[in-house]
Amino acid sequence: MYNPTVARLTYRALLGRRRAAILFVLPALLIVISVAVRSFSGADDQVTADLLGSFALATMVPLIGVIAGAGAIGPEIDDGSIVYLLAKPVKRSTIICTKLIVAIAVTMAFSAIPTLIAGFILNGNGQQIAIAYTVAALVASIAYAAVFLLLGTVTRHAVVFGLVYALVWESLFGSLVPGARTLSVQQWSLALAQRIGENGVISSDVGLPLAVILLVGVTAAATWYAGQKLRTLKLAGEE
Amino acid sequence: MATDSAQTQIHNIGYRNYDGPRLGRAYARRSLFSQSLRGAYGLGRSAKSKVLPMLLFAVMCVPAAIMVAVAVTMKTGQLPVPYTRYAIYLQAVIGLFIAAQAPQTVSRDLRFKTVPLYFSRPIERVDYVLAKFAAMASALFIITGAPLVVLYIGSLLAKLDFADQTKGFAEGLVSVALLSLLFAGLGLVIAALTPRRGFGVAAVIAVLTVSYGAVSAVQAIAFNQGSPGAVQWLGLFSPITLIDGVQTAFLGASSSFPGGHGPGSGTGAVYLLVVLALICGSYAVLMRRYRKVGL
Repeated sequence: MYNPTVARLTYRALLGRRRAAILFVLPALLIVISVAVRSFSGADDQVTADLLGSFALATMVPLIGVIAGAGAIGPEIDDGSIVYLLAKPVKRSTIICTKLIVAIAVTMAFSAIPTLIAGFILNGNGQQIAIAYTVAALVASIAYAAVFLLLGTVTRHAVVFGLVYALVWESLFGSLVPGARTLSVQQWSLALAQRIGENGVISSDVGLPLAVILLVGVTAAATWYAGQKLRTLKLAGEE
Repeated sequence: MATDSAQTQIHNIGYRNYDGPRLGRAYARRSLFSQSLRGAYGLGRSAKSKVLPMLLFAVMCVPAAIMVAVAVTMKTGQLPVPYTRYAIYLQAVIGLFIAAQAPQTVSRDLRFKTVPLYFSRPIERVDYVLAKFAAMASALFIITGAPLVVLYIGSLLAKLDFADQTKGFAEGLVSVALLSLLFAGLGLVIAALTPRRGFGVAAVIAVLTVSYGAVSAVQAIAFNQGSPGAVQWLGLFSPITLIDGVQTAFLGASSSFPGGHGPGSGTGAVYLLVVLALICGSYAVLMRRYRKVGL
């Protein structure tokens, strides 16, 4: 289920030159803001929860998930070089699994670690907030990477659709229509954070059992379907 | 083989030089502008590429139509959202539009190496940059201006005060014109740096959304800590809050900053200067960028 060569190529594609810049800039911005806020207002649990919830988990994790998930396979399909990979005697599901593992690892590294550092800077893990949001970021990384990898195999506009989901569905619809929040990776991962954080600093709209089932289900289904898509991939020319 | 020079001759097979009218540089520039503007809405491209821009256009206009319908039937006497606030509310949609269309306007030229072909025509670098910039800004102006037109027509149908509505409408148009220029400049600069479309999309949205997310989070914290002075200055660091600040200071809008602490005229002048500097700066960066056609 894991092919080291495919993994190496994917890492190179994801972390090559300019692509890596945006991956480094986002976490750096989070940490800079945390330092500024800490020196500005001192340690405050509510501020920490707000900042990590609104900036780290709602903006940074989906964005890095889109770049890593869709970027793991999208450009290769786009420029047609995927045929050289598909022509090798490697199972399609192995290709997807390897790319997924790499995408998850990159998303986790660039979203969960900065979240943890920012949490410690902001209030020194008071009420377990830093740990809670880090766990949420880790879990969300897995689901986002799987969903956006699937999008990368389904459509040429994977990045745009991924962003539409993350920004319009989760943020805009989620704030207007409460029902939309049930179908949001962000809320599922918050359900875990809610369990870890103390005194109800963090709240989620989804119950923990349902959240876990949905997270596992969506990740597994997306990975399976991405493998299926890759088996019947049609290489279309540029529109 | 020694051939006799009398036997070799060049036949005139009737090729003719072009002697029709030459339409020249201005025509080429106009064509590039109209092609880019149409391309931003997917016109003249495949059906698939029309889906997203048209969908976003509809998403922009539908809430305006609903608001008008509510205002007409309920006879509330005013529109639920002022003209200047509308674009701020739907900024995510505007951000997605520029993120999706700016890379398709410039990145594809880079990727398929058509830029040298453009410059083998009579157009100069300044024509290319101006045409693309103007096309992107016009596309944005259409998508942000259309809902305002819907609101305006609706408010007149609802027999709201004519002078009041016209003033609000004009202020709204000025604000979205400024917004279109600013967003088009930023989007094109980022998109012109990468031949990869998907990467350009992510980079544009990162600059627009992340900066807004960061600024509004820090603003909220500064407001809760009781320093409204800092709230004003923090707004300088993201495009949408810049526009918000300018229209609060000069166009009679109410600010969406926490607590409604928008900048006054003094700070507002700084906002306006920053906006104008960013627009001119992105034009200058684009001009510099296209000194070399490749990357």
